[in-house]
Amino acid sequence: MKIKAKQIVKRYGKHIVLRNINFEVANGVSLAIIGSNGSGKTTLIKILANLIAPTRGSVTYQQNGKTIPRENIYRHIGLVGPYLQLYQELTARENLYFFARMRNIPRYKERIAELMETLGLKGREDDAVKAYSSGMQQRLKYVAALLHRPEVLLVDEPRSNLDEKGIETVYALLREQKKHGILIIATNDNEDLQLADRKLKVEAL
Amino acid sequence: MKQTYLILIKDLQQEFKTRYAINAILLFAIVTLSAVSFAIGTFTAGEQVLSALFWVILFFSSMSGLSHIFIREEETQTADTLKLVAKPVHIFLGKFIFNLLLLMVLEVVLVPLFIALMNFQLQSSAIFFLTLLIGNFGLAGGGTMVAAIISKASAKGALFTVLSFPILLPVLISGISATKKAAAESALSSAQSELQALFAYSVIIITASILLFDYVWNE
Repeated sequence: MKIKAKQIVKRYGKHIVLRNINFEVANGVSLAIIGSNGSGKTTLIKILANLIAPTRGSVTYQQNGKTIPRENIYRHIGLVGPYLQLYQELTARENLYFFARMRNIPRYKERIAELMETLGLKGREDDAVKAYSSGMQQRLKYVAALLHRPEVLLVDEPRSNLDEKGIETVYALLREQKKHGILIIATNDNEDLQLADRKLKVEAL
Repeated sequence: MKQTYLILIKDLQQEFKTRYAINAILLFAIVTLSAVSFAIGTFTAGEQVLSALFWVILFFSSMSGLSHIFIREEETQTADTLKLVAKPVHIFLGKFIFNLLLLMVLEVVLVPLFIALMNFQLQSSAIFFLTLLIGNFGLAGGGTMVAAIISKASAKGALFTVLSFPILLPVLISGISATKKAAAESALSSAQSELQALFAYSVIIITASILLFDYVWNE
């Protein structure tokens, strides 16, 4: 898997958020997007996740030299971010079964059980998500994002709402992701930066 | 189709737990029908007036609930989560079928109450129920698309009805005319042109919505 970002520009009205962003990452590489508040880190993550389109430029996902069509990119990525919520009225199990079935994951019940245990949520599967604390919801978002073993994992603020134990667990999962895929994180935290092989600085314009 | 089915089931699960949309449309329908019933009182309203009143109540009741399917996704910040697991066409179809079911539940309650309270006599049940059935596809198709458009706006509630009205006007006009014929005549052929118009409109609005939804959902 390879991601190529070419000349990305994002503009909201007259305000330019991103200007001429270029980078290329391949399997086994982790990239940290850094920059001050309002510099466009989240916007760039959303563009990479195909949630919003750049005003100019392009993001290309390639596998074995072939470009993955835009409408199929979602099959290859996992995303964790504060703006990405789970269905609050549904239980954790209902949420995860929904995502797993949507993604056609084989033997998804075992995979969910495995991840719920890893993230320390075993035994809380049948609680409504709204009954989870913010830290537990963050852990659950990691379960949802990793269900399909994505080749590309995008994480906006990896430590958000997590306690020390949660951070350790998540870091272990992120290091694992680095080994077999691509990890892209948006952060300003020095500890998070240790996960990254490369850094990309975006600046407020 | 599996993704469409899964999105529909997820929306039904959410609706069973919150009952937001179903409560909104049923309460609106019952309150409006009661108000109209008291307002008419002992006056005898003709078929034309009763047919128009029925569709006005049906239209505004559906307006109070059909938009919820997309507004909920935007307000709870789950729209992006859904984008990450489904193609736009499946999202539209899942939500369209949900709204279709919602309209059917509304009509199961509204139709017997309207007939009983307004003393509405039907000469042809076939015309009436066929009109409702085909009209539902048009209402749900147009309503779902407009709901997706307005879900990102700030004044969602008012905007939904205002934008839906011109788009759904053909359903209202044909529906009122066919319902009037259902009350006046017994032959199914007498409402052929209205039923054809409703059918054509429903096919066009659903096809156009499927083709355009990708742009609405991703912009």
